[in-house]
Amino acid sequence: MLLRHTTKEVKEREGLTINPAKTCQPIGAMYAALGVHGCLPHSHGSQGCCSYHRSTLTRHYKEPVMAATSSFTEGASVFGGQANLLAAIETIFSVYDPEVIAVHSTCLSETIGDDLQQITKKAKDDGKIPEGKYVIYASTPSFVGSHITGYANMVVGMAEQFAKSIGEKNDKVNVIAGWMEPSDMREIKSLASRLGVKIVLFPDTSDVLDAPQTGKHEFYPKGGTTIAELISAGDSKCSLAVGCISAEPAAVALDKKCKVPFETVDMPIGLSATDRFIMALSKAGGVKVPDEITAERGRLVDVMADMEQYFYGKKVALFGDPDQLMPLTEFLLDLGMIPAHIVSGTPGNRFEKRMREILERAPGANFRNGAQADMFLLHQWIKNEPVDLLIGNTYGKYIARDEDIPFVRFGFPILDRIGHSYFPNIGYSGSLRLVEKILGVLMDRQDQTALEERFELVM
Amino acid sequence: MQAKVNLPDPSLITEELINKYPAKVAKKRRKSIVVNDPETTPEVQANVRTVPGIITQRGCSYAGCKGVVLGPTRDIVNIVHGPIGCSFYAWLTRRNQTRPETPEHENYITYCFSTDMQEEHVVFGGEKKLKVAIQEAYDLFHPKAIAIFSTCPVGLIGDDVHAASREMKAKFGDCNVFGFSCEGYRGVSQSAGHHIANNGVFKHMVGNNNEVKAGKFKLNLLGEYNIGGDAFEIERIFDKCGITLVASFSGNSTVGAIENAHTADLNVIMCHRSINYMGDMMETKYGIPWMKVNFVGAESTTKSLRKIAEYFGDEELKARVEEVIAEEMPAVKAIIDEIRPRTEGKTAMLFVGGSRAHHYQDLFTELGMTTIAAGYEFAHRDDYEGREVLPKIKIDADSKNIEELKVTADPDLYNPRKTEAELEELKAKGLEINGYEGMMKQMMKKTLVVDDVSHYESEKLIELYKPDIFCAGIKEKYVVQKMGVPLKQLHSYDYGGPYTGFKGAVNFYKDIDRMVNNPVWKMIKAPWEKAESESLEASYVAS
Ligand code: SF4
Repeated sequence: MLLRHTTKEVKEREGLTINPAKTCQPIGAMYAALGVHGCLPHSHGSQGCCSYHRSTLTRHYKEPVMAATSSFTEGASVFGGQANLLAAIETIFSVYDPEVIAVHSTCLSETIGDDLQQITKKAKDDGKIPEGKYVIYASTPSFVGSHITGYANMVVGMAEQFAKSIGEKNDKVNVIAGWMEPSDMREIKSLASRLGVKIVLFPDTSDVLDAPQTGKHEFYPKGGTTIAELISAGDSKCSLAVGCISAEPAAVALDKKCKVPFETVDMPIGLSATDRFIMALSKAGGVKVPDEITAERGRLVDVMADMEQYFYGKKVALFGDPDQLMPLTEFLLDLGMIPAHIVSGTPGNRFEKRMREILERAPGANFRNGAQADMFLLHQWIKNEPVDLLIGNTYGKYIARDEDIPFVRFGFPILDRIGHSYFPNIGYSGSLRLVEKILGVLMDRQDQTALEERFELVM
Repeated sequence: MQAKVNLPDPSLITEELINKYPAKVAKKRRKSIVVNDPETTPEVQANVRTVPGIITQRGCSYAGCKGVVLGPTRDIVNIVHGPIGCSFYAWLTRRNQTRPETPEHENYITYCFSTDMQEEHVVFGGEKKLKVAIQEAYDLFHPKAIAIFSTCPVGLIGDDVHAASREMKAKFGDCNVFGFSCEGYRGVSQSAGHHIANNGVFKHMVGNNNEVKAGKFKLNLLGEYNIGGDAFEIERIFDKCGITLVASFSGNSTVGAIENAHTADLNVIMCHRSINYMGDMMETKYGIPWMKVNFVGAESTTKSLRKIAEYFGDEELKARVEEVIAEEMPAVKAIIDEIRPRTEGKTAMLFVGGSRAHHYQDLFTELGMTTIAAGYEFAHRDDYEGREVLPKIKIDADSKNIEELKVTADPDLYNPRKTEAELEELKAKGLEINGYEGMMKQMMKKTLVVDDVSHYESEKLIELYKPDIFCAGIKEKYVVQKMGVPLKQLHSYDYGGPYTGFKGAVNFYKDIDRMVNNPVWKMIKAPWEKAESESLEASYVAS
């Protein structure tokens, strides 16, 4: 057994987190910053954080992840990191020549009390930021929230520090992407273009973290929301925040700063959430939904209807991040499955409340988020009430193997498979892919375990 | 030795590498970029701060302490005291394999433990929560040992992990609890964490169990972390030779073995950088000499085994070692003979770790490949130039903060395994007793040595030298491959291995052959792109 010490008996814990279902804010900020064209993320803290975040993102994407660090030593930790950040800004602009540096803080710089706003202002006043270049920042202490809120904070930084209103609204819709894969962002652009809605999507990691092999390393790949687009976001006619936890804060900030009204929708995972997304986007853009998209929807419903017997009544355990878990849970219910155990390390009342609402359709479900809502607890729940399917990031494979549960990889990080950066999980076609994956593992299981006389050719 | 391959003029290269840096940065980096001469081993600036803003390979002290040294021991519950990230990122990502004795035996390597520090703990202190966490770990698992690792905020908010550990240890009575002040900002890289880990393991574990176990030739294997099963292969060979491994620091190890390590008669050191402190301290306290070995490479393995046999000075052992070598080498030779024609003459660059950039050169030599540039991520001058430079190394402010344990001979247990005269005799025979000659003496003249290479410098080096393979870590992997050059990860082995011993050498030969000769590198351009550039060339020729 890989997790041989996990007991069936659940004891409340208050101090110890075991096998977390979250990670820390800065990595989210780094990921978001990679979705700005020509941007170099910068980790204001010791080297370790930056190295760990780059490594984890690299393992997840199998792509270069460039980011710099303030390389704190003990001195900086005692006297403050201003000198390090100023030196870093100078070095970065001369060596790596980005359009923008996106600085995020870490637990260390936050504990010392470094003020990123003040330091970046000083950098500007001291002439360390070349003409036409930018330094933006986000406060992302690791002892608050999770990787998801860190992402949200950096996207807020983009909205607050770039968007400007010249007072004339244009006909574009801002689509603020919650934490999703480059493939998902690409899918949003494709859906918008098929709907005929002009959008400013930010951040946008497509063509950054799924860059082609050309024999040349592009330090700043082709993709990413451009600074001009980010500035123009202040004059868009409205915003659509895709994800109430990881995207909405930026929409709020934009509304506050530039009076851009917004609507928040769930991430379009599954049928119902995609319906709401498409309706919201078509409404925002003032367009009718073309038949092509209705047909795409129809294909998803068709498969759901045709294969319903394989889903019905199957129990599922899942873990991950709020903006994915909410629509995913709803989708599982729409498929006739039973979400049985759900954890997420990301804290927050709004998330909890929404999940409880969704789970009214699954009265027996265990759900917990925030402190000690970890994979150890999830595993214990599974030991008490076994499930037919596990959905979550790569770390789930230890539970899946020990408990012999079919497993679908979904979320962050996925360290042992590819696909997530290339094939979307959102929209109707992305949801169809998800259905295919779920069916695949469930039907493979049936094929492996069926008695010989009950082994089916046609399924 | 002169390189067999054509090298660009190395003196010009340094300028190329640093000319884009601001003046102060260039001045500093210049000292870390050196044209090698194995005869004179010029000074390399190492173990100094990385310039802020430079994209470095380096990590933090916590990574060196928890991730590298303590992580591989399977029956310690390692609790990371701090916000969640530090523990999350070090969770199973280093590939330290382990093989519990039975399915019931302890193994916590698959688990990630953290106090998940929140803002209130940063403001009001986290010691209370830490103690609750230790208690919960004890109640849940009843482990033999619990280790606490401090991450960045811990030192600043004044949590005393050592006091908390002592208190809990006294309370439990049957569980060894100890802490490490390995906050990420200490030192300049993982290296500080190695030292801190060595101190803690030495203080709290080594010497706890004096039982002398059976075995004629007993040694500890230091600085081998069983990545990809490396230690398993070395264990297999030791077994075959009749050499008893008391403890490994720390691949595939247990608390019990480490507590008993001082009963061995020799420490052999693989990764000098991360564990030499332990060798020195055990020599002083218990009288166990240490010897540098290298089990990376079939030839190096052979040499190391002979050195071990020589150390013990036993004819039977020597004969057995020769038998084992004779048994193992034909399989190695068969493969290398087949592969070498395809790798001969190719070039490699290695920028990684604190010893791997040295050790792996042996394997490339066996493949007929030349290492044209190399450097470490977190080593010190002695790893480059050899331990004889130790007295000359200036201790700067960043290193001064790392505790040097005051170790003296143990009044009861000190027992010099060899006399001074015997040691001198062994050294005269070429055994690196309490010594290490470093990387540079083995590298060819005019090759390049770069410490803490930056992203910018590595890209430049690849442009200028066009190596056939580049060895580094995960952060560099896809950058270099995007340039059309295969990158071999020498931390994680690209999820392959083992690469030690005889079987490992064969694995490595095959992997490198596959990588440098992979058809994919010729498929990067689309046919129409190729057609375009060809027709362009053709039209040039025509005009
Ligand atoms: S640098 Fe500090 S906060 Fe970052 S990973 Fe290392 S110990 Fe943790």
